[in-house]
Amino acid sequence: MIPTIPQSRSFRIVYGGYVLLFFLYLALPLTVVAVFAFNDSQFPSLPWEGFTWNWFFGDSDPQIGVFHERGILRAVGTSAIVAGCVAMLSVAVGTTNAFLFNRYEFRGKGALYVLMLLPLVIPGIVLGISILIASSTLANGVWDVAQLDIQALRPGLLLVVLGQFSFITTIATLVITARLQKFDRTLEDAALNLGATRLTAVRTITIPFLMPAMIGAVVVAFLMSFENFNTTLMLVGSDAPLTIAMFDRLKEGSTPLLNAVSLLLMLGSSLLALLVILFQRR
Amino acid sequence: MRSHARIGFVLLLTPLVLWLGLLIVIPHIDMLLISLRERISFGVYETSAAQYQKALTEPLYLRTFWRTAVMSVLATGITLLIAFPVAYYIAKMAKGRLQQVLFILCLIPFYVSELVRTFGWMILLRETGIVSNLLQWAGLADQPVEMLYNDAAMMVGLVYTSMLFMMVPLVTTLESLDDSVIEAGYDLGGGGFSVLREIIIPHAMPGIVSGCIVVFMLSLGNYLTPTMLGGKDSLWFTEMIYNQFIVRSNWELGAAFGFMLLVLSSVIVWGMLRLTGRTLQETMG
Repeated sequence: MIPTIPQSRSFRIVYGGYVLLFFLYLALPLTVVAVFAFNDSQFPSLPWEGFTWNWFFGDSDPQIGVFHERGILRAVGTSAIVAGCVAMLSVAVGTTNAFLFNRYEFRGKGALYVLMLLPLVIPGIVLGISILIASSTLANGVWDVAQLDIQALRPGLLLVVLGQFSFITTIATLVITARLQKFDRTLEDAALNLGATRLTAVRTITIPFLMPAMIGAVVVAFLMSFENFNTTLMLVGSDAPLTIAMFDRLKEGSTPLLNAVSLLLMLGSSLLALLVILFQRR
Repeated sequence: MRSHARIGFVLLLTPLVLWLGLLIVIPHIDMLLISLRERISFGVYETSAAQYQKALTEPLYLRTFWRTAVMSVLATGITLLIAFPVAYYIAKMAKGRLQQVLFILCLIPFYVSELVRTFGWMILLRETGIVSNLLQWAGLADQPVEMLYNDAAMMVGLVYTSMLFMMVPLVTTLESLDDSVIEAGYDLGGGGFSVLREIIIPHAMPGIVSGCIVVFMLSLGNYLTPTMLGGKDSLWFTEMIYNQFIVRSNWELGAAFGFMLLVLSSVIVWGMLRLTGRTLQETMG
């Protein structure tokens, strides 16, 4: 079943048809979401009432577009702040982790490495509730001892950031470790021979070498945070990030406004994704 | 120099220990402790296994638990069956440019939020949706057909959502299979089927295992798809956790459910690794 081995014509047609069908299946849901963002109707469904930009730019009542809808805009802002924090934190810790696992031999390293992988195997909802329980236990403890109510430990943005950080860091670590393993240590030795201190050598030689992986990890972490649903759902307070805000609206019934938001999301994330893919191919 | 290395080591170890300790280990211990207590009266708790007893004797809870497990296994199997021929096509049949384009086309939909993908399926399948209209137009149905809110719709959504995580490991392992090995199989008189069974599938096993593990985990822990696409009867275990925590504020029972989910997923992942003689490091890292 490779091109060099002759196959019957009918087999090739059936196989090619199957692959084509598969890609149609992949594209179908996204295409309908995108198309109905332009439907001039209150519902993202047939019949088609004509083409409109109102769900993007409209500013009068039944059709308020994305760019005039306060709630959505605020949710986008919230998501961006959360995603920015998560990306920075997880790449910082991911980098130190990569150096630790790459440069040091110590007792319990294997066990620690497995523990580091675990957040990927824990369901997001369970991560969310465990952090919710731990922070509430801590907050209640502080209240019992000092009569102090620490709002930051109650469901809210800090917990959302921590919850997403707890598993995205594993991914950042894996991405950066993979690149660090390809690094030629003798380059650092050369810098040391030339009189650089250890820190200078790492800063001027190793970190620039790691840069593509670090930037890639920032983008991946940002996207994963922006789109995260499960962990966020359990930790969210009154400020809802975009996915939660959209979920709440979707439960109440949807207008093409949601399609418009989705289309913008798709454009944004596939642009970022393409950038990363191109960046790493280079 | 020695003390230097020591300081560096401690500095690098600290963030890792803080992260795993404060956000993974301690929260899970807390969760276990909460699940092991019983509320006697306001502010008074007693250690007991009452939550687990309740979870294991109440038919609804138990039924949902097993249903979620079985449906997740089913979703994993279907994903593998659909993905394998396509992965093989991308890895072995397509060449050059086409190969790259097809692979990227596979990746792109999954950079889009799961919510958007689910929303897409809702637009397609609901009573006023595209498929229903298409069926009426083709004369196959004489009134709107509701295809949402049942197990089949949920399965379609689950398979769609996890497709990428099956596709990438499969394509990667299949690409590493040398064409000449397949040719040798044919030269030695093997037919298409025996080459597939004796050469291609054994070679792809690592990819199959890691794909299946990730897809199973994602299906088991999915909340959106069962909630939005599934019907009244397709309650998912994650929905029960959410209900206990957020709707009923019964954290003790919710924590017990959380632990059961964690144990179930660990046992199945461990079992799959055991069965194929692989380690978590090889599969994930």
